[in-house]
Amino acid sequence: MGTFAFLRKKSLVGDAVAHALLPGVVLAFMLFGQKSLWVLFPGALIAGWLSLLSIEAITTYSRIKSDTAIAIVLSVFFAIGIVLLTHIQQGQYGNQSGLDAFLFGKAAAMLPRDIYLFFAVDTVIIFLVLLFYPYLKLYAFDPEYASSVGLPVKWLSFLLSTLTVLAVATGIQAVGVVLMAALIITPAAAARFLAGRLSQMLVWALIFGMTGAVGGVLISYSAPSMPTGPWIVVLLSIMAILTFIFAPGKGLYNRYLIRSGHQKKITDENIVKALYHLSNRGGKKRVSITELTASRRFEGSKLEAGIKRLLKNNLIQRTGNKIELTEKGFQEGARVVRLHRLWELYLNVRMNIAEDHVHHDAEAIEHIITPKLEAELIKELNYPVTDPHESEIPGIYQNRSND
Amino acid sequence: MIALETHNLTVSYDRQPVLWDIDFSIPEGKLVGVIGPNGSGKTTLLKAIMGILPADSGFVRIFEETLHHTRERMSYVPQRQSVDWDFPATVMDIVMMGRFKKGKLFGRLSKLDREIAENALERVDMTAFRNRQIAELSGGQQQRVFIARSLAQQADLYLMDEPFVGIDAASEESILNLLKAMRNEGKTIIIVHHDLHTALDFFDWVVLLNTRLIGAGPLPEILTEENLRKAYGGKLTLLSRIADLIKSKEYPIREKTSRD
Repeated sequence: MGTFAFLRKKSLVGDAVAHALLPGVVLAFMLFGQKSLWVLFPGALIAGWLSLLSIEAITTYSRIKSDTAIAIVLSVFFAIGIVLLTHIQQGQYGNQSGLDAFLFGKAAAMLPRDIYLFFAVDTVIIFLVLLFYPYLKLYAFDPEYASSVGLPVKWLSFLLSTLTVLAVATGIQAVGVVLMAALIITPAAAARFLAGRLSQMLVWALIFGMTGAVGGVLISYSAPSMPTGPWIVVLLSIMAILTFIFAPGKGLYNRYLIRSGHQKKITDENIVKALYHLSNRGGKKRVSITELTASRRFEGSKLEAGIKRLLKNNLIQRTGNKIELTEKGFQEGARVVRLHRLWELYLNVRMNIAEDHVHHDAEAIEHIITPKLEAELIKELNYPVTDPHESEIPGIYQNRSND
Repeated sequence: MIALETHNLTVSYDRQPVLWDIDFSIPEGKLVGVIGPNGSGKTTLLKAIMGILPADSGFVRIFEETLHHTRERMSYVPQRQSVDWDFPATVMDIVMMGRFKKGKLFGRLSKLDREIAENALERVDMTAFRNRQIAELSGGQQQRVFIARSLAQQADLYLMDEPFVGIDAASEESILNLLKAMRNEGKTIIIVHHDLHTALDFFDWVVLLNTRLIGAGPLPEILTEENLRKAYGGKLTLLSRIADLIKSKEYPIREKTSRD
């Protein structure tokens, strides 16, 4: 359910419902005088459901936006719940201990028959989601379009709300009102990083949720002083953070790898280019590191690593403490310089940027242009021979004679 | 045959009337532009035709029947920006959504549905992208996916909301060619469009709006200098003051007992 709430940008709804359950639970207790879950659960459902209706009514019939509406409903319902709870604790109801388990969660207080009830409810939720999956997917993505093909949009929205309330109500005794939002949303947020499709996202969210729950129970089982609910949430958060960092593709670590890969490529290409210029303009094929850094500024550590990589890839060779380009390295240097000058020419001719303004731009773009773009660039500029600074663009003249 | 008729249609948005007594009809097989300045009620008109927004008065007839009977012959393409393209789905997932219908048992789709969706993708030149994440698409590609979803519905009347906004020139041309081909197949296509300059090249029929109907008919008859001045020369001050009054003083837009 968290997945749908997350995708509909209603992440806080679960929190509001969780808080709103409290007055329902307490009222049900006051009316029937017992703590049996079979009495409290329907009370919770009705209250949670009323809270969703109020949120929707407030957003539809007043100018208040939904985040404000959620905040209002959450605190009003919760306040009523606390008032009632205090009233009971001071009053004639005696047998009230255990109701506050709803507040902070107390998984150990659950009885086997409670667990059967929750199990049944969760099965119903999963079944309903599977049954109406295509409609729910369409509704979550594009409600207006869903309405335009004649789907009963109001009914679908009602179904989603009801399922949300059910899901929250079953989780609340385990983790409590305060942490419920985490239980609903965290698995979904983590799943979004791993999944490309809604079905995968639902499965991942389920896996995360179950792992967190089982882990939390195990921890509090092996160390009885440890609370179950908070541990579930802690485990979920750890899993979520790990996915944010390590998820393939969108994860932070992977993006770091890509960026540092680019950085290395840029350093290598700059070294090769500097050597190319030195050997072409200065006539110095073999240069020392000092001569190299005199022609272009490099960061020391990056330069060293770059030279190592270039040696390994056979683009340069070392004689004593001097380095020179290999034939392959020379070609690579020509390629980089060609891209640089092509881009300068393109900026100058096509974008009307003055010759003395194009260099810095080309310094960056020369590392980005792919072979395919290079071919298009050459064609569009009609096989140019010189750049805006009247320097020769290497490699094109030969290619043209080969055509 | 008349593809679409609106009769005395009045629609309000957030309790403020944005369309007053819109009354026009469109023959079958036309490429129609709904044109007017910002806030003139173009999108509202489409939504009212599709039954997404309730009408305060008047009615809509599609192929001379009520929406209820002809919904399967219509297809709606919402504004591209109206959905979250970060949604976890592939291009094919979205196009397959075009095959969902009301009556279909729990929305399960068959092999035939898949084939129809593939064809729709083919027509917008997006077959190569079928397994791509929609989050990775450019604006023009997103628009083409939306149009493919609509094609997959195999409707006769298409309503598209600003399909040419924020897309590249190549996509624009390919979409326009597709729409013209559809028109030549006898489909009726109604497009909300804000750009007056390109409208001249695109459409053969025009509905000119500015909260009231300025004119509807063949393009050369409607896009006259006088009509354009009426549409773009500012709102009718008196009319908007009445609309404001209705909103702020909670008046009903129509008396409950009156009938059209």
